[in-house]
Amino acid sequence: MTQLEDRFEHHSPTPEGSSAQVETTDKVRITTPENICGMGHRMKRKEDPRFIQGKGNYVDDVKLPGMLYMDIVRSPYAHAKIISIDDSEALAMEGVVAVIKGQDLEAAGNLHWMPTLMSDTQMVLPIDKVIYYAQEVCVVIATDRYIAADAIEKIHVEYEPLPAVVDPREALKDEVIVREDKEKPTNHIWHWEAGDKEATDKVFAEASHVVKVQIYLPRLHVSSIETCGMVANYNKVTEHMQMYMTSQAPHAHRTVFSMVSGLPEHKVQIISPDIGGGFGGKVPIYPGYVCCAVASLVTGKPVKWIEDRSENLQADSFARDYHIEAEMAADDNGKITGLRVNTISDCGAADAAANPSKFPAGLYSICTGSYDMKAAHVVVDGVYTTKPPGGVAYRCSFRVTEAVHMIERLTDIMAAEVGEDPADFRLKNFIRPDQFPYKSPTGWEYDSGNYEAALKKAMEMIDYRALREEQAAKRERGELMGIGISSFTEVVGAGPSKDYDILGIKMFDSAEIRIHPTGKAIARFGTKSQGQGHETTYAQIIAEELGLPAADIQIEEGDTDTAPYGLGTYASRSTPTAGAAGAMAARKIKAKARKIAAHLLEVGEEDLEWNVDKWQVKGSPDQAKTIQEIAFAAYTNHPQGMEAGLEATDYYDPPNLTFPFGSYICVVDIDTGTGEVHVRRFVAVDDCGNIINPMIVEGQIEGGLTMGLAPALFEEIVYDENGQNLTGTFADYLLPTAVESPKWELGKTITPSPHHPLGAKGVGESPTVGAPPAIANAVVDALSHLGVKHIDIPITPDKVWKLLRDNGVTD
Amino acid sequence: MSHHSITLNVNGEEVTGEVESRMLLVHFIRENLDLTGTHIGCDTTSCGACTVLLNGRAIKSCTLFAVQANDKSIETIESVANGGLHPLQEGFWEKHGLQCGFCTPGMIMSAKQLLADNPNPTEEEIRWGISGNLCRCTGYTKIVEAIEYAADKISNPTSEEVSS
Repeated sequence: MTQLEDRFEHHSPTPEGSSAQVETTDKVRITTPENICGMGHRMKRKEDPRFIQGKGNYVDDVKLPGMLYMDIVRSPYAHAKIISIDDSEALAMEGVVAVIKGQDLEAAGNLHWMPTLMSDTQMVLPIDKVIYYAQEVCVVIATDRYIAADAIEKIHVEYEPLPAVVDPREALKDEVIVREDKEKPTNHIWHWEAGDKEATDKVFAEASHVVKVQIYLPRLHVSSIETCGMVANYNKVTEHMQMYMTSQAPHAHRTVFSMVSGLPEHKVQIISPDIGGGFGGKVPIYPGYVCCAVASLVTGKPVKWIEDRSENLQADSFARDYHIEAEMAADDNGKITGLRVNTISDCGAADAAANPSKFPAGLYSICTGSYDMKAAHVVVDGVYTTKPPGGVAYRCSFRVTEAVHMIERLTDIMAAEVGEDPADFRLKNFIRPDQFPYKSPTGWEYDSGNYEAALKKAMEMIDYRALREEQAAKRERGELMGIGISSFTEVVGAGPSKDYDILGIKMFDSAEIRIHPTGKAIARFGTKSQGQGHETTYAQIIAEELGLPAADIQIEEGDTDTAPYGLGTYASRSTPTAGAAGAMAARKIKAKARKIAAHLLEVGEEDLEWNVDKWQVKGSPDQAKTIQEIAFAAYTNHPQGMEAGLEATDYYDPPNLTFPFGSYICVVDIDTGTGEVHVRRFVAVDDCGNIINPMIVEGQIEGGLTMGLAPALFEEIVYDENGQNLTGTFADYLLPTAVESPKWELGKTITPSPHHPLGAKGVGESPTVGAPPAIANAVVDALSHLGVKHIDIPITPDKVWKLLRDNGVTD
Repeated sequence: MSHHSITLNVNGEEVTGEVESRMLLVHFIRENLDLTGTHIGCDTTSCGACTVLLNGRAIKSCTLFAVQANDKSIETIESVANGGLHPLQEGFWEKHGLQCGFCTPGMIMSAKQLLADNPNPTEEEIRWGISGNLCRCTGYTKIVEAIEYAADKISNPTSEEVSS
């Protein structure tokens, strides 16, 4: 495959009515009684009874008769020629069934390479050389997981090490070529631009103030507590391939598996059972999945592959790795006028990110954030290095976290430059409520927002002005306290299908609802929950629309044989897309129910009005038919000429993305002796439009905040100069525990989306996006009197201690 | 590889097994006994998803050999509900103390020992008590509230029943 074409971001015009000024409130809307439990109710989760009793069903819990186990030989080098692979000793071991190497996959129909979701290619198993540390070299199939683990030690691979290149700026010199399979001998993959260069250069030339920052957002790992895995079960007689898979996108994965393997799609079934966290790490297809499927094809038996944590931390599920150079311009009134950004995206050994096809840098061009400015220009270049493929989301909508970190850091730097308080500076520069729908300089049309309301609420909750006084007093005493703000804008819910696709498959999503004669229902969706609580929230959406109790609605996802086709759950897209599809399918049912009710009540359809759970005669509410009565009639007494049954399907194609937002304020205290940062308070005001289940929204926000704290203070995947991963266990890659995590203080405003059928927006990732710059800004604020303007995350005690020592604060 | 016969009490019932000396207790529980509520989340004793009680003490079953549990008693998540949900299970459900559910059994087992040792823990004591268990979804606040709920429920058993 040739290198990807250079790309320039274009946005299709947004349909009229999909964006608007809407009122902001802080009251959750509830229209149904508690027994129905529609939107706004704090309904306890329907999925929880099985999880709290140890009865979940995760991939590693699947046990099939005659099941074999797969283990993987991985490369000890980041870059090396493979001279030979000797598997004779392993094959002679009792219990070893097969060894599969790159040559075997090639002979089976060029399966040694596979497409990535970004239209690049990636090795499944190598033949000539390895290009990242811990790369899959060959796999062993055995009757027992211990035997498989023993056998990989008995496979002798001879390598000839080649120089590694781990810094993308070095890689751009093209002295070490990572991908010798490509037509052009270069590590440069693609060049991408958004915005208007000429207009931006003009704004900068006329600016009174220009500030600049270099930011490295290090490689992160999603570290869902469940690693990746599969049980592949190929039946040689029926030629049916069943795969239990840790998949956030089972339908898209089925299509890719079918197209790559040549197995007809109706013979491929992916079951994504309970998933132990995803965060983007279970969106790509990794070599282990393909090898496991091939192993079952070859042996005709079920084969299980479950990654060890150390494999997971070394080979897949990586995010970020952006080297950013950004400048901001402002006029002499301290009004932001422009943004200019150059970024290098370290993709690793393949561009295997999970971005929509047209967007190799994801939605990074949202980087003008919550601020109104005249012009912006953003450039990103994708580069290969000898590291595992990266680019998964880490709980964010396609590179929004990178964009928000950059703009929120720059905004603080500019506020300091013009001598204004960072809160006042934000309030002055926000996009105003009357500017919505807001067309951004890089082409986005923000659907709705009220940034001022969110920041003012956060300032009130934390008593911002009093904190500034406290800080001034403490600074007099030599104590280090900082206050950091982040006022972020998210962009979630991909997407309008005209602009968004994964490998050509449009990013709609789907719902199918069937109401049974007794008024109970089953509904299936094209998404796949990994903890988000879809079994509860989707039931509440249908309850809201149809008045059926949410408790009476069973929700299913993840089995491609039964669920309607959808693109899956990531990038906070489930509520904006599949949730909307659920509402629209319910409305189709409601329309049919009206015809049945008119028939039963012997009135015209136009004489009926909807009231929570029934169609009633206008002006005569005693004459009514409940949804349950109508459901029974749909099977027992439907009008002649009408199809029996009460069911509907909807494939929802959103007219625009949704733009959740919020303002976070963080207070840190820094130990002047050790450099340790303590988060004393953290107030988070989120606005995700109308709320389906406030309890679940709070849970999503608290969890997301902790996943924002993590990269701000603790997490970083580190490679040495040879490309060896130095952070390959949880002893080195530090996830926050309950002790490091603060007690989050939540607030909310509600500014509905004007185009979503329920007025809802996504929420699960906002806090991961918004929290890191709030913490970083707080630490820089605590040290600003020492001349500190920027610190790269993670802000570890040793980084802070060195700054304190260099400035004579400690010795 | 040498084999051993082991006899232990698991969730109140005596079980026997033939195991290799190297077999991890977590694999014995999950694969030989089919008690898959106990999970595996790492290979360095860091995450706590595999936490069970061994003679009443919370241990990480990925770091113990099955033979080391010979003649001992094991409690797993499957034994916690006893004629109805345990207050901890109620608390996790009521307070939204779980999302993907993968860490939940280990959390509940650690919390069970915590409350056995300290029936009225402070928030700080709860946080330290579950610091050997990683959760990637919840941010811990609601887990802490779930354990506080259970502590309160156990101390005041007459308080109102939670509907299920």
